[in-house]
Amino acid sequence: MATDVPAVKLIGWYGSPYVHRAEVALRLKGVPYEFIRDDPINKSELLLQHNPIHKKVPVLLHGDRTICESLVILEYVDETFDGPPLLPVDPYERAMARFWAHFIDQKFARPFWMSFWMCEDDEHKEAFVKEAKGNLAILEEQLKGRRFFGGDAVGFLDVAACGLAHWLGVIEEVSGVTLVNGDEFPAFCKWAKAYVNDDTVKQSLPDRDELLAFFSGNKEIYMALARATLHK
Amino acid sequence: MAGGELKLLGTWASPFAMRVKLALNFKGLSYDNIEEDLRNKSDLLISSNPVHKKVPVLIHNGKPICESRIIVEYIDEAFVGTGPSLLPADLYERAIARFWAAYIDNKLLASWFQTFTGKTEEEKAEAVKQTLAAAEHMEAAFKECSKGKPFFGGNSVGYVDVTLGSLVALVRTSETYDFKPFDATRSPLLNAWLERFAALDAVKTVVPDTDRLVDYAKTRLAEAAAAVSNN
Repeated sequence: MATDVPAVKLIGWYGSPYVHRAEVALRLKGVPYEFIRDDPINKSELLLQHNPIHKKVPVLLHGDRTICESLVILEYVDETFDGPPLLPVDPYERAMARFWAHFIDQKFARPFWMSFWMCEDDEHKEAFVKEAKGNLAILEEQLKGRRFFGGDAVGFLDVAACGLAHWLGVIEEVSGVTLVNGDEFPAFCKWAKAYVNDDTVKQSLPDRDELLAFFSGNKEIYMALARATLHK
Repeated sequence: MAGGELKLLGTWASPFAMRVKLALNFKGLSYDNIEEDLRNKSDLLISSNPVHKKVPVLIHNGKPICESRIIVEYIDEAFVGTGPSLLPADLYERAIARFWAAYIDNKLLASWFQTFTGKTEEEKAEAVKQTLAAAEHMEAAFKECSKGKPFFGGNSVGYVDVTLGSLVALVRTSETYDFKPFDATRSPLLNAWLERFAALDAVKTVVPDTDRLVDYAKTRLAEAAAAVSNN
């Protein structure tokens, strides 16, 4: 019997912020795991078998249990394993963390995506930029002078917001559109730096140059998509 | 801290507000139900939910909590000793429950609403297809979660029952348009579950009247269509 095989496995795609959420949660709790690298262009039988509904990553395999959806995985990891709590203990604070994580997932994708990839001269671009910055301002306020959303240490909401800390800067560089600047969002910029430099977080962040190359390579596709989905 | 003052800002028609009412009812918690006029939102609603300005909002001892599923989890955690637990005790079952609750909103409801808000007949037809596919998944979810017992939560109502059960009025309204995602042939388990759920006293007291909801939906759809043609 193989006793040295970890009981926890994580199926993921390299470069995905959602996969990072799951990985960093496991690392913050000190849970050993095996990373199974899947290919989004050529999804494995293992992935399709374990996530037939969404066919996406991350997928957490814990013994014979399968858990899908990054925020669901975060909460499962937090509750199941010992280690520092990711979510606050107080029910009201927990509700707030969940609310803001949900806000990020619902309200950031479209205005940010459109702000980055729409043509400079498209009249709608300005409205998306305004919306994106408005949402950033709301989030900036939530930091309330703290180092992390979770307080002194990285917590649930910091992990949920990881895309904004590491991926956002890459996309800004590739698209030439800067949304986050130190003048308008000083607390947010400090937070992003603190997040990506955290010792545990660092271990599961994809290489910045690799991300740059990936997004640069797909720039034309993203711009075409932005044009195509404008009126959806 | 358990106890204290509970206020719910909601509307009679909102299935999201109904989730909160159901959770409060099942836990045996009394609350002050405040009916909002969404065309003339109260200062309390706007100040309590400045980000979305939507219902439901639960205000517990003056502190607002927004987003229906988050409110239901909050109620379960803040009032842990009061009434039955809505989230499963088993951590894996809890993760499964959260997965399906998110699926209900992100997939099932999203496409269901599209069946009547879709801008073209094509979009509506696609939405019908997606909704039926989602209903099929929910039928399997019921089998997985209930394990032969009457509810998603087992012998008693749980988080997924409350999340999906709030759609009972939507189901009845859709039936008047001849759209039955949970019909007895395609989704026998869900069909039976819905009847069972709707018969519970805690549910009967908060389900909106179907005729009233049909009229309301017709008015809203007509207004939306008029707004589009006036642009």
